[in-house]
Amino acid sequence: METNNFDKILPKPFIVKKFKKETHDTFTIDLISKSSKFDFKPGQFNMLYLFGIGEVPVSISGNAQNAKTFIHTIRSVGTVTKKISKIKSGSVIGVRGPFGSHWPIEEAKGKNILIIAGGIGLAPLRPVIYNILDQRKSFNKVALLYGARSMNDILYYKELETWRAKLDFDLHVTVDRGDKNWRGEVGVVTTLIKKISMDWNNTIAFICGPEIMMRFVLEELLDLGMKENEIYISMERNMKCAVGICGHCQIGKEFVCKDGPVFKFSRMKDYFLKREL
Amino acid sequence: MKQTLEAILKDHPFVKDLNPKHLHLLIGCAANIRIEQGKYLFKENQPAENFFFIRKGQIAIESFIPGKGQITIQTVDDGDILGWSWLIPPYKWHFDAKATTPVRAITLDAKCLRTKCEKDFELGYEMMKRVAYLMENRLQATRLQLLDFYGN
Repeated sequence: METNNFDKILPKPFIVKKFKKETHDTFTIDLISKSSKFDFKPGQFNMLYLFGIGEVPVSISGNAQNAKTFIHTIRSVGTVTKKISKIKSGSVIGVRGPFGSHWPIEEAKGKNILIIAGGIGLAPLRPVIYNILDQRKSFNKVALLYGARSMNDILYYKELETWRAKLDFDLHVTVDRGDKNWRGEVGVVTTLIKKISMDWNNTIAFICGPEIMMRFVLEELLDLGMKENEIYISMERNMKCAVGICGHCQIGKEFVCKDGPVFKFSRMKDYFLKREL
Repeated sequence: MKQTLEAILKDHPFVKDLNPKHLHLLIGCAANIRIEQGKYLFKENQPAENFFFIRKGQIAIESFIPGKGQITIQTVDDGDILGWSWLIPPYKWHFDAKATTPVRAITLDAKCLRTKCEKDFELGYEMMKRVAYLMENRLQATRLQLLDFYGN
């Protein structure tokens, strides 16, 4: 409907309720609005508009259950995100969304879940983790493998410690570069997969991270015997309209904004190794 | 119940499908060891006199970088193999290896094994193949680390 489409492309003003620095280049903002609902599904994203500067797609990284704010963890890399990183509590930011597909948590019930995240890729997966922990008994084994550049680049450090303390949550963290303060594992995230013991025929995998990381993770999981349609990946592309019109984020016939960002690997595999897409 | 070296070694992926004769040659050079947390198994430039099947625990492969101190390049743990410099001249370690937790391992005497490999080329070829596989895996992992993909 026309009204709905108009709604989707018109940013609504939200107030920055809280700003938290996560790492040297990553921060989290909580956004509130009196007139908006905060219904979203884990894996979805919003378009954040810094008036006069530009708009960027950012995944929602808070808890989807009874959300009262939109929480976004952002890495400061481009013009817009660098400006947002300097925003103060109380400032206004434009929000469109939530958009896109979501992680199939319902489908994962009764199965093992393997979550693999790299770098900022943990942010779109955090709502999944919240959701799983809220209904932990509905799932079989649950494991999270997380890779970061260094100890200082690890996102949600305190939360990772809390999750690691749980007896029914298998968590492994590795960094590419260790220093004297890091007592954990050093190596790429793929090296953690061998630590997980699961029935791979009854496992669903959720992967989010740089595409090159996902490529190597996928190779390992397929070697273990996982099925292509049991592996879900979250893709990232520059976006403009976010509603599947402009084609800015298109990969082949798929619109990352509308058909994704969460895809079954079986749907994306033909594009995955294609260059210049 | 105390496990024999044979029982411990035969399930290790490194010796998978190794013929029993060669496994026994390997066991003749092996010893069960424990390493305390914080101890170095070897240091850079020392002669590579042994290699290790890690049974339990974590070992950090480190390098000293002036101005930065000890940097961990990689960690290895349960089920991993540590060290291949024992097989390749000049048989010297290129990095330091420190136990970051208490470690239980099987150590193999390099000189003993090299001598057996020289006498029995089939064993030597098996060792070369298996170490080459290990090196290939580590090389790929190192390449991925060099890509610095989380930063991109």
